[in-house]
Amino acid sequence: MQLPEAEQLIGALAELMRPHVSPDTCLVGIHTGGVWLAERLHALLGLSQPLGSIDVSFYRDDYSAKGLHPQPQGSKIPFDVEGTHIVIVDDVLYTGRTTRAALNELFDYGRPSHVDLAVLVDRGGRELPISASFCALTLPEPLPAGQNLQLERDDSGALTLRLIHA
Amino acid sequence: MRNPQLNKHGELQHLLTLDGLPRGIITQILDTAAPFTEVAEREVKKLPLLRGKSVFNLFFENSTRTRTTFEIAAKRLSADVINLNVSTSSTKKGETLLDTVDNLCAMQADMFVVRHESSGAPYLIAQHLENTGRDHIHVVNAGDGRHAHPTQGLLDMYTIRHYKKEFHNLTVAIVGDVLHSRVARSQIAALTTLGVPEVRVIGPKTLLPTDVEKMGVRVCHSMEEGLKGVDVVMMLRLQNERMNGALLPSPQEFFKVWGLTAEKLALAKPDAIVMHPGPMNRGVEIDSAVADGGQAVILPQVTFGIAVRMAVMSMLGSH
Repeated sequence: MQLPEAEQLIGALAELMRPHVSPDTCLVGIHTGGVWLAERLHALLGLSQPLGSIDVSFYRDDYSAKGLHPQPQGSKIPFDVEGTHIVIVDDVLYTGRTTRAALNELFDYGRPSHVDLAVLVDRGGRELPISASFCALTLPEPLPAGQNLQLERDDSGALTLRLIHA
Repeated sequence: MRNPQLNKHGELQHLLTLDGLPRGIITQILDTAAPFTEVAEREVKKLPLLRGKSVFNLFFENSTRTRTTFEIAAKRLSADVINLNVSTSSTKKGETLLDTVDNLCAMQADMFVVRHESSGAPYLIAQHLENTGRDHIHVVNAGDGRHAHPTQGLLDMYTIRHYKKEFHNLTVAIVGDVLHSRVARSQIAALTTLGVPEVRVIGPKTLLPTDVEKMGVRVCHSMEEGLKGVDVVMMLRLQNERMNGALLPSPQEFFKVWGLTAEKLALAKPDAIVMHPGPMNRGVEIDSAVADGGQAVILPQVTFGIAVRMAVMSMLGSH
């Protein structure tokens, strides 16, 4: 499969979001790819609020099966969640379980006015009733379960999509 | 022989002592604790990791700080916490320790936090659980006799790392009643495992264990010699309740020679931190001016203790 250029998708995603964000909209990236993506969107959209990040290790539903992630990064929400418009940012939307965990965590900080989800790629394979508000690319066919699509960042900060066969 | 604290995959199964615990596991606990410190700043101070699990605080010896911080840690992980006041319970009626454990297991216990006046009691429980095939139940030692107090040692390491960043360039002094102190034994084990090049113990001969040098420490019999140039001063509580016979002339005499005052602390590096596991005997091992002074990190130790205990319990509860 020919993978799309991540850099082009980021620009397209920002344009999809632009009509729907205000300077006070807060972005929350999901570790790790979502944080990189959120940093780029934050700059492209000229948002004024500081960037948040969420590590869903403590909220995952497979904790009792897979155990705790060995090096959790922790979450940083440097703004008041109460009454705020928040966009959760992730690189790839798959089962929806990570988004579910991020939503649960976010609500432990307060009650946002509304929450959107922005993703670079929707790879299909949802296991929960979750969909993206903004999505730069929806794959025409869902990726097989054994494959893993993720964002990578090189030393210059450039982002690329990579397909990993498990 | 397999380390009784690790399961066959090398993961933490019980936390019984820091002596012999691999450096990688100690570092993993400290790394895991870091993000837990942030939970205290949230609107909802709870994470769902131990939701539906039952944690039994089994304290055969009095404790306020340790029991409370274990309870807060378990509750912040959404566990159900049951505190057993053992002095008013079946043990008084003659029930054995392992019978008590079996009865609590019949109530679907998932984790025991155990404090006992006898060294080795938590190990005995862990062995019993393993021998009876109940390896989904975990034991955390919250202090056994003079043997170990591993979560105190870990929170002390977390505190040192928080203020000093690295271990490989530090000189650390442990001061006071090392003989009766399980805290000191856990601290020495952790400091040497983490690569602290110089650990000093300072105290009167009567309050230092024989052969303490074999634990890899330098023995100093005066505060002047021991505190010179140190980065960290770890005070110990003078354990009056464990004293048998005339180990000391009087608390006043002890303070005069071994108590930490501002003058003695001035021998340490200017940015040295002062730690104490609590409860403090002001005017016995530490002067109030030092305990409340700018170099003391005694209250942050308590706060970090919650995150460290959350880290231990979440690592145990994940398998």
